[in-house]
Amino acid sequence: MSKRIDVSDLNVFYGDFLAVEGVNITLDAKSVTAFIGPSGCGKSTFLRTLNRMHEVVPGGRVEGSVLLDGDNLYADGVDPVLVRSQIGMVFQRANPFPTMSIRDNVLAGVKLNNRRISRSDADALVEASLRGANLWKEVKDRLDKPGSGLSGGQQQRLCIARTIAVKPDVILMDEPCSALDPISTLAIEDLINELKDQYTVVIVTHNMQQAARVSDKTAFFNIAGTGKPGKLIEFSETTTIFNNPVEKATEDYVSGRFG
Amino acid sequence: MSTLLTERKSSNLTRGRLPGYASYVTAGAAVVLAAALMALAGFNVLGWAVLSGLLYAVGTVTSAAVVEGRRKAVDRLATALVVGAFLVALLPLVSVIITVLINGIPGLLAPGFLGTSMNGVSGIQDNQSVANHTTVLGGAYHALAGSVLITLWATLISVPIGLLTAIYLVEYGAGNKLSKAITFLVDVMTGIPSIVAGLFAAALFSMLLGPGTKTGFVAAIALSVLMIPVVVRSSEEMLKIVPNELREAAYALGVRKWRTIMKVVIPTAISGIASGVTLAIARVIGETAPLLVTAGFATTINFNVFSGWMASLPTFIYTQIMTPTSPSNPDPSTQRAWAAALLLILLVMLLNLAARLVARLFAPRKGR
Repeated sequence: MSKRIDVSDLNVFYGDFLAVEGVNITLDAKSVTAFIGPSGCGKSTFLRTLNRMHEVVPGGRVEGSVLLDGDNLYADGVDPVLVRSQIGMVFQRANPFPTMSIRDNVLAGVKLNNRRISRSDADALVEASLRGANLWKEVKDRLDKPGSGLSGGQQQRLCIARTIAVKPDVILMDEPCSALDPISTLAIEDLINELKDQYTVVIVTHNMQQAARVSDKTAFFNIAGTGKPGKLIEFSETTTIFNNPVEKATEDYVSGRFG
Repeated sequence: MSTLLTERKSSNLTRGRLPGYASYVTAGAAVVLAAALMALAGFNVLGWAVLSGLLYAVGTVTSAAVVEGRRKAVDRLATALVVGAFLVALLPLVSVIITVLINGIPGLLAPGFLGTSMNGVSGIQDNQSVANHTTVLGGAYHALAGSVLITLWATLISVPIGLLTAIYLVEYGAGNKLSKAITFLVDVMTGIPSIVAGLFAAALFSMLLGPGTKTGFVAAIALSVLMIPVVVRSSEEMLKIVPNELREAAYALGVRKWRTIMKVVIPTAISGIASGVTLAIARVIGETAPLLVTAGFATTINFNVFSGWMASLPTFIYTQIMTPTSPSNPDPSTQRAWAAALLLILLVMLLNLAARLVARLFAPRKGR
């Protein structure tokens, strides 16, 4: 399953501080959208509003609407927990649960919610998720070992396996490769290309080559100065953003001339 | 093509350094010199050791100052000060352990000390044992049982309250006014003199169940007043160091907050929490003052914490020393008191070992 996301007039706050202002964007189903932009421009903050993780930070709040196939995430009475089970997230630093084995990490979304699952279903889910994350061959013989014993790249793929095991509609990735070496990065980029067939993928990245390689559409965020809110400057096909962008700021950023 | 240099006999890199054996020579000279000086002034071992240490420090610092220069001399002086402070800190501990071992072992090994109570043991028996040089009758079984039961109940009361408070402070309070107030009150409670905690429990139960209510449970309440702040503090620290990333990872999987706390946060911190709790138990098991006013002085075995007086090891030691069973022959009572003191130290030591074991057992496993 895969759903589209429509964001309209979204303002994101930390307490009274306006961090991101007036975002209007449509993320298509079964596509990869990349967010690029300088540090502190609100890419990650905006990404976190897409599955209501932003409000986990004390003082975090949002104005505007985010529609998941027409349903407003921020409507009254929406349970953020339900939202997060439909829109999964992979973080910058791999964060497998240290108390759990590899197998239990993959099943975390099921087990932590006390959903009953038969042994054979669980085995099938573990295998399917790990295969989906291109990790099955490397860990199939040590599923009962702790997840923290894997390498950084494997841990990050374990986190992706854990996310797709919940069967979300959308997967958000917050700089998933920034702590990884080129080979692990390649593995994850390949994975993103496969995930596109089933999920809507949104990825924040500082690596413009990565954005160019993996994404169908690219959104460029920028910030006018410290203390000013971040804004969505330009959003279109990735080839357009990198080859003939409309905005001067975008062109400066993607060509390496800043400011 | 350059040729390989052969190693120089006296290296330029070790010039101006004291040779390795210098410190041993200094130490030997200091010991001999100290012995000579002590022989003049009247010999005793402690003075000899202290003087040797001082002479060694002076010798090594001056020799370093002469040969190696100012920086090395300051280094050696600082080393001497650090080691000296460590030895001074160790002295009372070692002294206490040796004294308790010497005085306590005979009583602890006396047959029946661990298996009998003081029921029926009076001055007559003690006088007889001294006169006939037979073994001292009576034991600390009732006190050991009392200590264990009272501490167990105190733990049962304190751990849920303390752990839940810590969870509120870390996971829900997040710096609001209530959590600041709780933190302040917990800090104040940490400093409460233990006798006040005892008086609180005694007063509470005399109000609820009539004056003079002294049972093991009253003592457990008094001890939990002392224990709760310790449990709150240690659990709070342990919960705080659980990385926020793990909470966010669980939220992002659509896990509810309370389940995240139960299944991710607490299991990650459980080793620290468990060892904190064990140390808190070790801290209160030796409390004397609150037990004096809440549990009374029993000489018989009582397994019921809800009725009747209950003995405990600290109060057992106190009564044996202050009011010997046989006022004319206090030696048997003194022997029992030292034995109970040794038993108490062993108990605390076991608890500390248990804390380490628990921390290791529950620690998140690393491995490939």
